[in-house]
Amino acid sequence: MRSGSVLEQVLTDGKFAVTAELGPPKGADPQVIVDKANILKGHADAVNITDNQTAISRMCSMAAAKIAIEQGLEPIMQMTCRDRNRLAMQADILGAAALGVKNLLCLTGDHQSFGNHPEALGVFDLDSITLIRMVRDMRDVPQFQCGEEITFAPKLFIGAAANPYADPFPFRAVRLAKKVEAGIDFCQTQIIYNVEKFEEFMRQCRELGVTEKCKILAGVAPLKSAGMAKYMKNRVAGMDVPDEIVERLSAAEDAQSEGIDVCVEVINRVREIDGVAGVHVMAVEWEAAVPEILSRAGLRPGSE
Amino acid sequence: MITAERKPFEQIKAVTDQFENILVVGCNTCVAVCLTGGEKEAEQLASQLRLQRQNDGVGGTVETVTVLRQCENEYVDSVAAQVEGKDLILSTACSIGPQLFADRFPKVRVAPAMNTNMLGVVKQHHVWTEYCAACGDCGIFNTGGICPIVRCAKTLLNGPCGGSQGGRCEISPDVPCVWQLIYDKLASFGLEGNLSRIGGPKNWSKSSSGGPRTMKKEGFEP
Repeated sequence: MRSGSVLEQVLTDGKFAVTAELGPPKGADPQVIVDKANILKGHADAVNITDNQTAISRMCSMAAAKIAIEQGLEPIMQMTCRDRNRLAMQADILGAAALGVKNLLCLTGDHQSFGNHPEALGVFDLDSITLIRMVRDMRDVPQFQCGEEITFAPKLFIGAAANPYADPFPFRAVRLAKKVEAGIDFCQTQIIYNVEKFEEFMRQCRELGVTEKCKILAGVAPLKSAGMAKYMKNRVAGMDVPDEIVERLSAAEDAQSEGIDVCVEVINRVREIDGVAGVHVMAVEWEAAVPEILSRAGLRPGSE
Repeated sequence: MITAERKPFEQIKAVTDQFENILVVGCNTCVAVCLTGGEKEAEQLASQLRLQRQNDGVGGTVETVTVLRQCENEYVDSVAAQVEGKDLILSTACSIGPQLFADRFPKVRVAPAMNTNMLGVVKQHHVWTEYCAACGDCGIFNTGGICPIVRCAKTLLNGPCGGSQGGRCEISPDVPCVWQLIYDKLASFGLEGNLSRIGGPKNWSKSSSGGPRTMKKEGFEP
């Protein structure tokens, strides 16, 4: 065990892992985290705490992760390269580990032009891959990025994101392989609606040996309406929403229920793909849907 | 070359209205090539200012002079006679020009008429694109002769992020994904496998983060 996290234990035991997502509030009220934690508690092995998601300033992921720990959840703290340089990131990593964070998801981060401070300076001192290597070295060597010794290493289960739908497609599995080489233990994918393309991505990952060294959790999310499906199809970078799904939601009497149906179907299909070690349910600002999705998919934390 | 665009006239007017005798100084190097701050543009700006000041009842004079390069002491010093008696030097060079004028003529106020943009190339007639971040540590041999530091919105060092689709960057469909360009270029040599090597972390100390940089040519001591 590298980190002693529940997520690591579940995946190491070969159980099908379930993670969910908890977005911190645009305010300082800890009760928002407590309320969301109460919805997700008992349904997921670990919960991603997003870091200024979509480049919108929010309560920091470290504080929200600490509150989640107090509520009995296991956080996966997200960290983006957009807002901090390597000094600040290493300081936050040590601080988070000291507060009991055991999982860290390393991301480059959405560009600041998408958020509520489009005039901000994007830092991007490191990218996700160089961040991963830095965290791995902090844990395993242990040393800072500069090579100086760390006297008390942060024990972290290291994760990353992968997007099978970005281009150039032949490079996507290669890029995940680079993240594996840099030091990740697990990855969570972009939201999957186009299962066929994801299957091809997974085939490439198996060929590169990625699935042997890294636990891949397939990203899923419920669509709330046909409008949301169209928006994600046309406006969200790196998304692939097939027309048939947009049409299903358009035709449905109860779009929310249909959206949950689609999500459950995707979960059931991706579970059958060789190398998929779990699912990551991203129901941001619709955390209430997560228990129903998992229940209908027959998934409980560490259930298999 | 260095590209620069003229500031909106209202901004220039707000500064120049405070001064009586103004010298508009053009630069006949980069800004002349990008048709924004050479002799012709400096004279146009001076004419516009004269007309505006006449209409607004602002007194004083607006004269103009153009030097070959505002980034060199000798050229800047050569217009000392014209600077004499002026209250404001309004430079149409990149930001180097007004800074050097401020340095050489410490008693005269200096204002930039331009916003300096980037180090770019002429992509088409009258279209310039940024190609260099002057990061001080060029590694484009490994990226097909294409710079990811300045041409990727996130200065990525390890291939396209999850927002690259159809060869376009996530920040705008008008912006090419530079990592797609790099991938295609290397693939044309059968070298796309080179991108599986991990790049970085970058040494930014040679870039603007390292403080003001100085270059000395050895063997030519001042």
